[in-house]
Amino acid sequence: MHEFSVCQDLLRQVEDLARAHNARTVSAIHLRIGPLSGIEASLLEQAFTVARAGTVAAAAVLATEALPIRVRCRSCGASGVASPNRLVCGACGDWHTELLSGDELLLASVELELEEDDDV
Amino acid sequence: MCETCGCTLTAGNEHLVQGEGRLTRTEDGKAAITVLQSLLHENDHQAEHNRAHLDAYGTLAVNLMSSPGSGKTSLLETTIEALQSSLKVAVIEGDLETENDAVRVRAKGVPVVQITTGSACHLDAHLVHDALHHLELDGVDILFIENVGNLVCPASFDLGHHINVTLLSVTEGDDKPAKYPVMFRAADLLLLSKTDLLAVLDDFDPAAAEAHFRNLANPAPVLQLSARKGEGVEEWLHWLRQTLMVHRARLRQGITSRPSVQPDGVQVHKHGPAHQSQHYHHHHDHDHGHKHHRDPGGQPHHDHHYG
Repeated sequence: MHEFSVCQDLLRQVEDLARAHNARTVSAIHLRIGPLSGIEASLLEQAFTVARAGTVAAAAVLATEALPIRVRCRSCGASGVASPNRLVCGACGDWHTELLSGDELLLASVELELEEDDDV
Repeated sequence: MCETCGCTLTAGNEHLVQGEGRLTRTEDGKAAITVLQSLLHENDHQAEHNRAHLDAYGTLAVNLMSSPGSGKTSLLETTIEALQSSLKVAVIEGDLETENDAVRVRAKGVPVVQITTGSACHLDAHLVHDALHHLELDGVDILFIENVGNLVCPASFDLGHHINVTLLSVTEGDDKPAKYPVMFRAADLLLLSKTDLLAVLDDFDPAAAEAHFRNLANPAPVLQLSARKGEGVEEWLHWLRQTLMVHRARLRQGITSRPSVQPDGVQVHKHGPAHQSQHYHHHHDHDHGHKHHRDPGGQPHHDHHYG
């Protein structure tokens, strides 16, 4: 269950951002996760509900966007989707492929409620 | 955006980064910041620091990963014995509860630092950093980091090491690479261990294991080894010496080495070797006592002061 460690790392970044922008609270955190990152989005979301307590993101929504696995063949040049344990070329079957996407573990964006918004 | 922080930057998403850190407004008027940075930014940051520290001593750090009981500690015992007259070895042992493995390796006469992880299922860069504080790296050629026996979690954490070696013992299924693609995709060398048992096992086919491994688009070498019988040890030692030689040659040019697949870092490496030469000079906000004074490859080397 390494998702909790990942969550703590994430929350430290979010807290830094919130502090830097003088935010009152964090309302949403958007992630992009590929299957080859080794992180399960559902486990991460569960861990987040525990890890967020007492932080500036205590009421934040965690939204994860699942990215597809895509490879490009180094032999025939074709590109297409692949599955985690079969990263071979869908066109010619060669395993000499490069990963185009699918290993992402990204903090995409953070939505904040700012102190100054209260004054509006 | 920093290229060494583990963020994923491609030609396709580069334009998104232009607004990085800048405040924009969402459609409903909320303040939003585009970040596009690894979730493991803190860990990756620490890992870069660890790597710079190791590089200052010219030490090659090898991350050993596998299931529990696949022969990591036996491999270390055999390797240390075989190398003791030619190379200086040190070991960081990750173990959940006991010091048993550390005791076994220490008996071979090399410096060992034990990290008892408690219930944690993996090592991370912070744990390795703490361990490095208890290790004298002067003159150490190879540092083995024996990760926690686990085919899942350790694959997601950069420790600041240079290369990944993954063991698969023949007492496990030959389809393990298909079951644990994240782990086996990250291997820079696959070692099929306990091969002396192949004679009595009829359900492990090394060729099938390699086929599953290639399906992960991994071009890394596959070696067979029996630490107990000494079979295949020469090939493994040859690979180690070659890897050390290549690493040292790179260090002389100011370039470090990294595992060919990094957690969330594969895109970063497409920018070519130029960025790899950049040691991480981020200013830490914690006090740090390292002085990197050792010259890894005979070239003048600047002291790095972190803190």
